[in-house]
Amino acid sequence: MATSFHGVGAAVAALSSSPSNSFDSKKLLCSPRRSFPVRKGASFVVARSDGSVNFDLNPKARRAQQLIVNAVATKSDSSPASSSSKPGHELLLFEALREGLEEEMDRDPRVCVMGEDVGHYGGSYKVTRGLAEKFGDLRVLDTPIAENSFTGMGIGAAMTGLRPVVEGMNMGFLLLAFNQISNNCGMLHYTSGGQFTIPIVIRGPGGVGRQLGAEHSQRLESYFQSIPGIQMVACSTPYNAKGLMKAAIRSENPVILFEHVLLYNLKERIPDEDYICNLEEAEMVRPGEHVTILTYSRMRYHVMQAAKTLVNKGYDPEVIDIRSLKPFDLHTIGNSVKKTHRVLIVEECMRTGGIGASLTAAVTENFHDYLDAPIMCLSSQDVPTPYAGTLEEWTVVQPAQIVTAVEQLCK
Amino acid sequence: MALSYLRSSSSRSANLLKPLSSSLPLRRHISTDTTPITVETSVPFTSHQCDAPSRSVETNPKELLTFFRDMALMRRMEIAADSLYKAKLIRGFCHLYDGQEAVAVGMEAAITKKDCIITSYRDHCTFIGRGGTLLEVFAELMGRQGGCSKGKGGSMHFYKKDSNFYGGHGIVGAQVPLGCGLAFAQKYSKDETVTFALYGDGAANQGQLFEALNISALWDLPAILVCENNHYGMGTAEWRAAKSPAYYKRGDYVPGLKVDGMDALAVKQACKFAKEHALKNGPIILEMDTYRYHGHSMSDPGSTYRTRDEITGVRQERDPIERIRKLILSHDLATEKELKDIEKEVRKEVDDTITQAKESPMPDPSELFTNVYAKGLGVESFGADRKELRASLP
Repeated sequence: MATSFHGVGAAVAALSSSPSNSFDSKKLLCSPRRSFPVRKGASFVVARSDGSVNFDLNPKARRAQQLIVNAVATKSDSSPASSSSKPGHELLLFEALREGLEEEMDRDPRVCVMGEDVGHYGGSYKVTRGLAEKFGDLRVLDTPIAENSFTGMGIGAAMTGLRPVVEGMNMGFLLLAFNQISNNCGMLHYTSGGQFTIPIVIRGPGGVGRQLGAEHSQRLESYFQSIPGIQMVACSTPYNAKGLMKAAIRSENPVILFEHVLLYNLKERIPDEDYICNLEEAEMVRPGEHVTILTYSRMRYHVMQAAKTLVNKGYDPEVIDIRSLKPFDLHTIGNSVKKTHRVLIVEECMRTGGIGASLTAAVTENFHDYLDAPIMCLSSQDVPTPYAGTLEEWTVVQPAQIVTAVEQLCK
Repeated sequence: MALSYLRSSSSRSANLLKPLSSSLPLRRHISTDTTPITVETSVPFTSHQCDAPSRSVETNPKELLTFFRDMALMRRMEIAADSLYKAKLIRGFCHLYDGQEAVAVGMEAAITKKDCIITSYRDHCTFIGRGGTLLEVFAELMGRQGGCSKGKGGSMHFYKKDSNFYGGHGIVGAQVPLGCGLAFAQKYSKDETVTFALYGDGAANQGQLFEALNISALWDLPAILVCENNHYGMGTAEWRAAKSPAYYKRGDYVPGLKVDGMDALAVKQACKFAKEHALKNGPIILEMDTYRYHGHSMSDPGSTYRTRDEITGVRQERDPIERIRKLILSHDLATEKELKDIEKEVRKEVDDTITQAKESPMPDPSELFTNVYAKGLGVESFGADRKELRASLP
């Protein structure tokens, strides 16, 4: 299957270092195995010239898995906060979001939720299920379909000290509230000389789903990234979803929390105790030596899947989930670049003006001297997301393209 | 003195005031006199889906004098801002409120500082009404750090949090959903206060207004939407922009009241009525029939879409300051000379403040990065190396 990808100049500068061919059996620090009910459709097999076979986690391709399963030592996540020593409890990502929201609403009576169908219906993605019964109609508000005004109302309420959580049923609908988000939410703290803070959280699912069509598959992080005064974070696992939700609610700044339609059913074991994730910190998913792969949200899983293949081929990618889309965690990213000297960015935004474009500029500006190769950025195609399944698959970056890109980068 | 005070308040003869004016500053006893006076508003109120309040307004000499002084101050301030703009000390946009002062002072007389007001870019006088100082106004207009928004907001972004003045917004109509959000917060906190969200006849055609009104009516929010109808949306007359210029009726299921916006007492009565209504029954729309003498902003001469005769006509017949002046004189609360003295004093105050503001310092360059983010949860963007801060956004 011909895979086409972007950002790969045919003339990659001759690289002095060559990837080690010895198989590095460093243990993989990837997140614990979780169910991927959303990925049933994505099955493909790519035959490589050296005879090894790419696989995906689809059970249909299981015969290929036997070859490699012992190399892919999936340990439970040993990052400091999500410790496997504590029992914790298992839940799905949308439940983690709800847990975070509920805990914050319990903790602070000023937190309220507003959005379409969040109250009596329980939320179109069940994130707010049960909250209306528990907290009442004044704290979990069903709004009419009027994004511009209810986002404005959330911002007005935030000016007085309330902490609303505004849900866009789909991030794409927030385009109708762009004026309120840009001018009032982002800028009021500045134009009032610091008198007002806007502790609002705007959240909702976005990204390319399963054949949802062009208007319901938008990636708004690229549109919002220039707005001064807001912070943007993207969650990708139940652990960081809950942590980021809580941190966002507690933050005095307006935070836009990007969730992904396809990640809501991820399951993970998370700690019982109270925790938050730092809003501007990137997450080290898998330390490595050869190449830094920067990604976020759903593409993290495509990258991790590609990482398995890459490990088999003898590469050692370092995977960082950048999580904080504005501002970028240049500290973590910088340390990684200084170590590996090669950067691959894998994102779901479109090529033009996406997060990857900004990240490429930021990394080039700051770490140019440490780079052994031009930064490669794999993004979605600059097209409206088509409905047809095969076309939609080619719009988004697939693991095979990531593998090819790493190979190109590490030549 | 006590006897003559009693006599002067009970009788209406002008003669009694003359001997006093030489020995005492007249203002002292008028400014504390709260004997009620009842005045009729210029025109009756027109209502939609509610019972109009009575035409008779209770006021007192102190209040009338305060109206006069405040409106004279606002008028003088706006005219001074005009000259400053032409002298290029004020840049960008400058939208002047002269002619509409009665709305600002009348509203303030009916409410407390705990009630919220939010308005559009024509906010200089509303800011003064909420307790802002002249120096903050001029410093902000000239971009100095002593301004109410530290010079970073400008003419369209005046805010005063401690007296619940929420600005100051440049995008037409965007402040109305914010205002309904303020009302929501008031209901949430059970404050028994209301929010006045002001907008113009141009903004009345914005969709977000109806969205916000729908939500406010659904949730019974104490929101009062006030349309300051000066009959021109920038350069377009209202009959060319709105199929139905009866803005007070636009709420349909939400009651409305049409008020003569050039009569400060009518405005006061209407706002008092609206506050009581909103606390009990939810949103209400007030339409203030008012007029602006200047153009939309300083770049608009104001005479290409209306005749000079119209402007002078309104100035002669309906000017808010003249109305209060006539009231004061007819009730013998002060003499012509005293009122002129007040105006002179106000003029001097404005001139002195401008001189002071002209000399006040510009913001420090580091202020470029302050107040982008509020500090919390480590909002500092470090450079590549955490040891070297590229831009620390406090």
